[in-house]
Amino acid sequence: MKKIIGVLAAATLMVSAFTGCSSGSGTVATDGSTSMEEVIGALGEAFSETNDGITFTYNPSGSSSGISAVAEGRCDIGLSSRDLKDEEKESGLQETVLAYDGIAVIVNPENPVSDLDLETIAKIYTGEITNWSEVGGNDAEIVLIGREAGSGTRDGFESITETEDICQYRQELTSTGDVITTVASNPDAIGYASVASIKDSVKALTVGGVEATEESIKNGSYVIQRPFIMVTRTDTELSEAAQKFYDYAISEDAKEIITSAGVVPAN
Amino acid sequence: MVTNMNSKLFERIVHGIFLILGLITVASVLVITIYLIVSGIPAIAEIGIADFLFGTEWKSTAEEPKYGILPFILTSVYGTAGAILIGTPIGFFTAVYLAKLAHPKVKRVISSVVSLLAGIPSVVYGLVGMLVLVPAIRDIFNVPDGASLLAAIIVLAVMVLPSIIKVSLTSLEAVPKEYEEASLALGATPIETYFKVSVPAAKSGIAAAVVLGVGRAIGEAMAVMMVAGNAANMPGLFESVKFLTTAVASEMSYSSGLQRQALFSIALVLFLFIMLINAALNFFLKREKED
Repeated sequence: MKKIIGVLAAATLMVSAFTGCSSGSGTVATDGSTSMEEVIGALGEAFSETNDGITFTYNPSGSSSGISAVAEGRCDIGLSSRDLKDEEKESGLQETVLAYDGIAVIVNPENPVSDLDLETIAKIYTGEITNWSEVGGNDAEIVLIGREAGSGTRDGFESITETEDICQYRQELTSTGDVITTVASNPDAIGYASVASIKDSVKALTVGGVEATEESIKNGSYVIQRPFIMVTRTDTELSEAAQKFYDYAISEDAKEIITSAGVVPAN
Repeated sequence: MVTNMNSKLFERIVHGIFLILGLITVASVLVITIYLIVSGIPAIAEIGIADFLFGTEWKSTAEEPKYGILPFILTSVYGTAGAILIGTPIGFFTAVYLAKLAHPKVKRVISSVVSLLAGIPSVVYGLVGMLVLVPAIRDIFNVPDGASLLAAIIVLAVMVLPSIIKVSLTSLEAVPKEYEEASLALGATPIETYFKVSVPAAKSGIAAAVVLGVGRAIGEAMAVMMVAGNAANMPGLFESVKFLTTAVASEMSYSSGLQRQALFSIALVLFLFIMLINAALNFFLKREKED
């Protein structure tokens, strides 16, 4: 019996994953970045709790397809984990920064290295630098820890360091916790994880001398970060329900939820 | 007359209910099989069966994705073989000891510990492996990182022990006492009797135990994912590797499009492996009955 329920549940999930987003009265349809799944899911859940009768949907399709979905009117709010390009803005879209996603580069506390710049980090992850002694550490091989293909953190890290698809991972782990545990237990490991989830068992590196704090992520001086934005059209007004969600997402109340999803609220 | 009719009707209804309950299992298997085949075939067709099965590169999210699962197949085969190679002797001798030599009290204690081992959730195996075994391998073998095929083999070897011990034990205990008594009466020592009479008499059951262990090892995902490193390398003892199971499990949650379909295709390949193992198991069990 359980199996059948499982199969049915899986099938329902599959179906819901393939249905696009449609707008209508009493619904808020969002579409876009898979990296924003956690934060938008938490916001959507909290929003639905206080607004009975409004259906909230989120279609994790990727930043670019979310932007085109809102441009073509297939959803109310597009979600993107990169800034809008100029031509996208010219086509009648505007962005509102919802939050900043800061990614910390972590090493074992025993590691004497405490600062690397972005370029060096990219060289380490692409296998150009393979020994800690080349960056002022011990004579030991660097062990690269990363996330699985498709993970939002991996996508963010690789796009910021411009190392997409060329990282020479030694381990690909499926959760932030696993990355932290692994780095904490191997003195030669280096890994990355969202800033909010860093624990004392690992050491977060400063990047180009800048420590990852809420402040430095917000003002952009900490470079391994990217914005999570909501994309709307300039020429059409949001539906009542969508406007309600939009206001809620940038409100004071939403801050705590955004923070608990591991990112820094922008407003 | 009426009561008789009623009780007959009641019998029929109960019969029908039980039949439906029985069919639920059959339906589950059918649904899963059909679902896997339907979702697994398109990607294989699109990628090409040779490129899919024998391609050595898996880059599912790259600009130009590559979907070769040979590293996963070989890793699953090597990992399972390694686990069986380590687990079988330990499990087999434990079973012989428990069945023939152990003091009843010792047997009771060890048997319940073995049952307990079977009940430990795989995530716990993985966690202990990650925190104890992986750093230990790193120190002992002086490699940069301990998450490797070796770590996975050791974890799997422990995980297959309960299946091997229990099934072997049952078949060794089922050997008729007369065989052993005859052997002892002819002057053979107890150890000679156990290994030359009891074990050969139970060989089909022991073979079934090993096959069951293979099934356990090849299907395990969680524990392996935590200790194997999960990079899609061709297998090497100290390499970070990805199994068929972990390839599906680690990417499924974020996948889309062809990548998702390819994951179903991997699941289909894994399913075929399990079917083969089940067929082998049925073969051995049937032989044991005939013996």
